[in-house]
Amino acid sequence: MLLPRVIPCLLLHKGGLVKTIKFKKARYIGDPINAVKIFNEKEVDELLLIDIDATREEREPHYQQIEDIVGEAFMPICYGGGVRSIEQIQRLFSLGVEKVSLSSAAIKNPKIIEEAAERFGRQSIIVTLDIKKMGFRKQYQVVTHNATKNTGQAPLETALRMERLGAGELLINNVDCDGDMMGYDIKLTRQITEVLKIPVVALGGAGSLRDLQKVIQNGGASAASAGSLFVYQGKLRGVLINYPSQSELRALFQEEIL
Amino acid sequence: MIAVIDYGIGNVKSVANMLRKTGHDSQITSDPLVVEQADKIILPGVGAFDAGMEQLNQSGLLDALNRRVLKENTPILGVCLGAQLFANSSEEGVKAGLGWIDSNVVKFDFSESDKPLKIPHMGWNYVNLDKKHPLFEGVPEPMRFYFVHSYHYACNDKSNILATSHYGYSFTCAVVRNNIMGVQFHPEKSHKHGMQMLRNFAERC
Repeated sequence: MLLPRVIPCLLLHKGGLVKTIKFKKARYIGDPINAVKIFNEKEVDELLLIDIDATREEREPHYQQIEDIVGEAFMPICYGGGVRSIEQIQRLFSLGVEKVSLSSAAIKNPKIIEEAAERFGRQSIIVTLDIKKMGFRKQYQVVTHNATKNTGQAPLETALRMERLGAGELLINNVDCDGDMMGYDIKLTRQITEVLKIPVVALGGAGSLRDLQKVIQNGGASAASAGSLFVYQGKLRGVLINYPSQSELRALFQEEIL
Repeated sequence: MIAVIDYGIGNVKSVANMLRKTGHDSQITSDPLVVEQADKIILPGVGAFDAGMEQLNQSGLLDALNRRVLKENTPILGVCLGAQLFANSSEEGVKAGLGWIDSNVVKFDFSESDKPLKIPHMGWNYVNLDKKHPLFEGVPEPMRFYFVHSYHYACNDKSNILATSHYGYSFTCAVVRNNIMGVQFHPEKSHKHGMQMLRNFAERC
């Protein structure tokens, strides 16, 4: 019996943890290590750790901080942000990270996916596509650099290309849904999961446990990731790290158990 | 002292981290002399079977490992690919395995299934014991562990099956023969369940 994965997404910014709305308005949430310790207690499935500045600032990941965080984590961790070379990926794995996510580097230099998958195994190489409706025709496009650059690429073709190159998983993040807690973009998720063989992780918009269920049942996602849902409580968005219990998750995904 | 074998493949740091949380120091090593002196050995690993055997061959650790494990009965725990290397062979590659557990490693086969499941089998799954063993002593129930793999054990000698899990069908996820133990899942990333298992390995096996 395999339950779909539910993955808190933690955003790193200036040494702390933040939560954004549409990739903007970064609000300080707390200390990452403290959050990881609470997520240990809650026995979360996995954690997604994204440095939202590294790519835009064209700098290296903060290795020491990542090592400190991973050293406290009793669950698998996927790190993303500023990764663009095999050497960086190697170094991240040596710190204890399980999976590395590539985003703008995967678009700019697709060969790195092929090389990394060959060297480290497909299951450890994740491609993240940030997706936003652009232009007067409001078409979905893949964006990078914290949604400040439009690649002009369509999500579906890009997703298929990443799968062919050897990505083990695809994370799709709808920028317009980020932080609004109004539900995932089920339609977009469905379009992609229908054609991809690799697992798709959906991110952006989760406001309730029911949303997680929907994106898995109706969107076809293999895993649901969320930020606000697991760091906020109530309408006023008071900061409270939270995560559903095992029995809640079992009840939620009863029909999805494989 | 527990030696965590570093043969350039897999996440040795996480294993050492989790052992440290249980109060047990370990030494990450690729030095045969350290292996010679270790009380216990852990062989981690992720990635492809042939690459794993190749790396292990090149590491210069094979003689020491064979002697410690087969002649001196030193307890060894294989994790994920590390466990698969104990088999005779794998469908994933052409190289011979260590042959410590009479078995072959086979790919998940959903060809008979109406709704083929995704490969790899990735995420948390429940584990059922086939027999009592100190390695699983006191692991909180229901036992859940984190898995990431596309291949699994097929034991020729059924007495080597220690535990099974279910993904499309029931498959062997833990094996044992005397001092040799292997688990397909990742105890180093499996919260209190994995922590108890590594503590057991350090204290009871």
